Amino acid sequence: MKILLSWLNEYGDFADPTNAVAVQRLADVMTGLGLEVGNLEFVGDTVEGVITARINRLVQHPDAAKVQRVYVDAGDGHERHVWCGAFNMAEGDVVPLATFGTVMPNGMTIERRGILGIDSEGMLCAPDELGLGSDHSGILIMPEGTPLGIPYGEALGVQPDILFDLDVTRNRPDCWGYVGIARDVAAQMGIEFRQPKPALAADGDQRSAPVELIDGDKCGRFTSLVLSGIEIGPSADWMQRRLMAGGMRAISNVVDVSNYVMLELNQPNHAYDLDTLGGGGFRVRVATDGEQMQTLDGDSRSFTPTDLLICDATDRPIGIGGVMGGLNTEITEATTTVVLEIAWFQPLTVLQTSSRLGLRSEASARYERGCDPYIIDTAQARFAELLRETCPNLVVHAGMIDARGPGLPEPERSATVRVMEINRILGTQLDAGDLPGLLDPIGFTVTGVGDTRRVAIPSWRPDSEAEIDVIEEVARHYGYAKLGKTVPKSTVHGALSVRQQRRRQLRQLLLGLGLSEAMPNPFLAPDTLSKAGLDGPTIRITNPLIVEESVLRTSLRPGLLESIAYNESHRRTGLKLFEIGHVYPPGNGELPDEHEALCVVMAGSQAPAAMAVWREIANTLGVGARVDQGRVPPGLHATRSAVLQAGKQPSGAVGEVDPGVLHRFGVNERVAILELNLDEVLGRPPKPAAWKPVSRMPSSDLDLAFVMGDDVPAEKLERAIRQGAGNLLVDLDLFDVFRGAALGEGRRSLAYRLRLQAADRNLTDSDIADVRRGAVVAAAKLGAQLRG
Amino acid sequence: MIDEIGAARETALTQVAAADSLESVTMLGTQLLGKKGPLAQLKTKLGGLSTVDEKKAAGSAVNEAIQVVTAALEFRNIELSEAALAARVQFESIDLTEYADRPTRGHAHVVTQAWERLEDVFIGLGFQVAEGPEVETDWHNFEALNMGEGHPARGEFDTLFVDHAPAGGQPGRTLLRTHTSPVQIRTMLEQEPPIYIVAPGRVFRRDTPDATHMPVFHQIEGLVIDRNITMADLAGTIEAFTKAFFGADFSSRLRPSYFPFTEPSAEFDIQRPDGSWLELGGCGMVHPNVLIAGGLDPEQWSGFAFGFGIDRMAVMRHQVADIRDMYVNDIRFIEQF
Repeated sequence: MKILLSWLNEYGDFADPTNAVAVQRLADVMTGLGLEVGNLEFVGDTVEGVITARINRLVQHPDAAKVQRVYVDAGDGHERHVWCGAFNMAEGDVVPLATFGTVMPNGMTIERRGILGIDSEGMLCAPDELGLGSDHSGILIMPEGTPLGIPYGEALGVQPDILFDLDVTRNRPDCWGYVGIARDVAAQMGIEFRQPKPALAADGDQRSAPVELIDGDKCGRFTSLVLSGIEIGPSADWMQRRLMAGGMRAISNVVDVSNYVMLELNQPNHAYDLDTLGGGGFRVRVATDGEQMQTLDGDSRSFTPTDLLICDATDRPIGIGGVMGGLNTEITEATTTVVLEIAWFQPLTVLQTSSRLGLRSEASARYERGCDPYIIDTAQARFAELLRETCPNLVVHAGMIDARGPGLPEPERSATVRVMEINRILGTQLDAGDLPGLLDPIGFTVTGVGDTRRVAIPSWRPDSEAEIDVIEEVARHYGYAKLGKTVPKSTVHGALSVRQQRRRQLRQLLLGLGLSEAMPNPFLAPDTLSKAGLDGPTIRITNPLIVEESVLRTSLRPGLLESIAYNESHRRTGLKLFEIGHVYPPGNGELPDEHEALCVVMAGSQAPAAMAVWREIANTLGVGARVDQGRVPPGLHATRSAVLQAGKQPSGAVGEVDPGVLHRFGVNERVAILELNLDEVLGRPPKPAAWKPVSRMPSSDLDLAFVMGDDVPAEKLERAIRQGAGNLLVDLDLFDVFRGAALGEGRRSLAYRLRLQAADRNLTDSDIADVRRGAVVAAAKLGAQLRG
Repeated sequence: MIDEIGAARETALTQVAAADSLESVTMLGTQLLGKKGPLAQLKTKLGGLSTVDEKKAAGSAVNEAIQVVTAALEFRNIELSEAALAARVQFESIDLTEYADRPTRGHAHVVTQAWERLEDVFIGLGFQVAEGPEVETDWHNFEALNMGEGHPARGEFDTLFVDHAPAGGQPGRTLLRTHTSPVQIRTMLEQEPPIYIVAPGRVFRRDTPDATHMPVFHQIEGLVIDRNITMADLAGTIEAFTKAFFGADFSSRLRPSYFPFTEPSAEFDIQRPDGSWLELGGCGMVHPNVLIAGGLDPEQWSGFAFGFGIDRMAVMRHQVADIRDMYVNDIRFIEQF
C-alpha cells in the first residue's frame, strides 16, 4: 500500500514532509504497529531548470516522421526551437521546457543537440521524466493560463512529499485505506484523528435504480444511488497528483473520484452509465455454468455457479461482484447520469472467483480481505462531495436503494476480555483501567467494570473476533518493545534424541572416511527411477512446476548418480559422496511409507570399498546384517552386490551399480554403493559394549591357509574358524587370497592369521595344536581344505 | 708392578678411544675387563708381591684402572650411540612439501552445517529436537494451524500436492509440508507439556527457483508450551538465541505481524553491531485454536512459536550469491566449506 504523507496529513497532523526527523519517527511508529515501512521515498522534488513555455507553432519536417519541430515562447520574448517526439500537444498549450544545463532525474544533461543539422534548444518533458508518476504517453500539458517562464513545480503547486510503501498484513484489511492507517497511527501518536464524515444529502427528485438481491448470502449489502448533472472531464489537479503519486492513472473525474474514495475509505465502488443499464436497475445473483461476460480489461470471462454476478434489470451480466465491472456499462464522455453502486461482498466468494479467473483488481484485493459494510453510507456521501468539485451541477437523487442480505455481518460484535488473560499472555502488569486508553482510540470501545470487560469490535476489523484478537490490539498499542525480555525456565533438559545423536555419529564417520555430503533434488523426472533399475510404484506431485520434477524419489541413488555424472562432465572424477535424506515410497496408511535413508556412492571404487564403509558403520553404530549375495538388489551389479539383511526386513544393499544403469546415467567410472534404511539402522537402540579384560599374557600367532570354492562366502569360513578355534582366538585376519591353476577352476586359497592368547596363563604347544585342529575340522565342514 | 698396571691402563684407554663402532666397544669390554683381560691377569699376580703395603698399593691401582676403563667404555658407548642416532636423523631428511596429497576429509553440506549449529545453540538453551514427515496431511499442515478450508492465507503457501490418498480417504488432502509447523501439532499430540522443542527440516513450496528461492529448502521452528509462558518469554528467547548464534554484540526486536497460527504475531529482526537491522523470521504466541487442535487447554497452557530459514543462515555466513549453487552438488562448491 503506497501512502502519500501530504494526503495522510488530511486525517491528522502526522509529520511535516520537510522534517526528516518527524518523517522517520512516523515511519518507526508505523513499523511498530505492524504497518511495516518497506520503502520511504522522497517525492515532489522538482527538476531545476525546467520552466513553463507556450507552444507557438508545430511544424512537421518532411524528412523526420517520428519527430516534429516545436516553436515555444518561454516568456522572455525569444522564440525557441525544440525537436519533440510527442504529438499530444496543440498550439497554445503550456508545457514544461527543460533548458540547457538541466540535469534530468535520469542523469541526462540537456545540451544543444541537433537533428538533420537543426539544433534543439531544450527538451519538452513528459510527466514521468519529471518524476510525476509513471505517465509517458505524451508531454505534460499544464492548466490554461499558467504563467510563462516560471519553474514548472511552482506552476503545478508541487510540494516536497514522502511516499511510504507499507507492507499491510492480511489481518489488517482496514489499512488498505488512508483512514484506517490514520486511525491506527493517530491513536499510537496520541494525536487527533480527523475522519471525513459527510452525510448524504439528496437534493434531487426521487430517482432509483432498483436492486433485486437474489444471492444475499454472497452479497450482504448492495446500494445504488443515482447522480445526474455530470459533466465528464478531468478531475481536480490535486486529486490527479495524489492518485498518480500512488501509481494510479488519472482517467476522468468520475473514475478518479471513485478511486479516491476507495483509497481513502477502503471502500471499492463502481459508477455505471444509467443509460446503458438495461431496465435501469440491478439483479445480484450467482452465475449459471458457462455464462460469459467481457470485463473492463477487454477479456471475455466464463463463469461457474460459485461466482457472483451483477446484472442489469434485464438479467444481462454487467460486472463480477467485487472483482471487476463489465465493458458494456462503462462511463463514456457522453455520460451525464450515473448509478453509483457500493456494496459489501462476502470475502471468500471474491477470493475464490478472483483466484479461479486469475483476475486481481484493487477492488478484489480489498473485498477478499474484508471491507467495512457500514462505511458504505459515508462513501456515498464522500463520492458526491468530491465529484461536486468538478461537476457543480451535480444532482444527488432521492431514492437511494439499500438492499441487504443474510450475509451481512452484524453491526455490533464484541468480545469478553479478561485483564488476567492479557497479562498471562503478554507478561504485562496492566489493570482494567489501562484498557480504554489503549483500545478506545482504535474503535475497540471498552465498557463495563471490574477485571472482565466487554470490548466492542469495530465493523472495519472483520479479522477480529475473540479475546485473543483484542489482546493483540492491546499488545500493538502498548508496544511490543515495552513487553520486556525474559527467558522461561525450561524444566526440560536440552539434548538430541538417541536417534539424532546416532545420525550425527554416522555423518561424522562418513565425513571422516572422506565422503562429502550432497543434497540432490528429491523430485525426479518420470523415467529417472526406471533408468536406475528401480521400477515400482511412486507418488507423484499433482501440480508440479515442471514434469521433470514431478515424482517423489523412492531411492537416493538416482540423485547421487546424477551428481557423479555432473562432476565427471566438469572433469572431477573419483567422487565419494553420501546423502542422508528422506525417500517416499507409496503406502497404504494415512501417509506414504516415508523413511530416512543413507546412500553412499564412490566413483572409481569397487564393491569392497563399499563393504569397508558398511563394516565401519556396523562397528560404529553397533549394528549388523547378513551380507546376502544370493539376492541381487535391483539396479546393482549382478555378481558384485548383496542385500544387507537384518531380521525380516532387508536393511540395505551393498556392492556396485549395474554397468547398464551407469551407462544410462552417463557415468563413466565404476561406482561402489551402499544403501541403508536409517529407520532400521538409527532406530535400533545402541548396546554399550561390555568390558572384556585385556590379557597380559604373551600371545602367539598361527597361520592357516584353506582352499575353498568361490561359491562359499569367505565370511562363512571366517565364522567357522572362529567357532572351531574356540575362545583362545583373539584376532583373525585374512592376509592373502590366491587363485591359480594349481588350485583348480573356481577355487581359491584364503590365508588367515590367528592370534591366540589366554586370559590367565601362557599358551602351551598342546593349546595351539587344539586350536589348529578345531579350526581345520570346522573349515572342512564347509569343504575348505587346509593347504599343505 | 705399579708401572705395569699403569701401562695396561693406558693401553686399554687408547684402545677404547679408538673404538669406532658400538660392536667394537662391546668386544673391547669383554677383551679388556674379562677374566683373561690384561687387568684381570695383573690382579692374579698381586699375591706374588712381597709386602702388605705393596699388595695394597697395587691392588687399589688395579681396581682404579678397572673403574676408569669401565667408565671410558660406557662413555664411548654413549658417544657412539648418539653419533649413530644423529647420523640416522641426518640421513632420513625429507622435504615435507613434496608430500602434497589432496586432503581426504569429507565435507558436510553447508545446510547441514548451519542446521547443526542451530540445533546446538537451541540445545544449549534447553530445547529438544523434534522431527516429522515431509509428506503431510492437509490437517497437520493447515487445518490444525488455524487455516481451515478456504482460509485466504493458504493461497500464500504455494502448496505442492501429491497423489497419495489414504485407504478410504479423500484425494487431494496429502501434500508436501510448506513449513515445519506441522511438527508443532504432532509434538503436542504426542507429548504432554512442558514442551521445549525446535524442529529443523525440509519444506517445499511451488516456487520457481531463483537466486534467493528454491522449491525445496529448510526451516527451523521452535515451540515452547508450558504454564504461564508470556510474550516477554518469546522476546527473551529470541534475544538469547540471537546472542548465542550471532554474537554477544547482536540484539533483537519483535514487531507486529500476522500469521494465522500465532496471536499476537510478530516478525523478529536482529540488529547487527553496526546498527543495521535484518529481518530474520516470524514468531508469536501460539493461537488458542492451535493449542486446541494439539489437544491442549488454552486456559491451562500457553506458549510461543518461532521459525526461520536455515538455508539463509548458510547463505549469510558464507556470502553465497545464488542459493541454487547450494543444490547443484558440484564438488568444487561442496569442498569450499
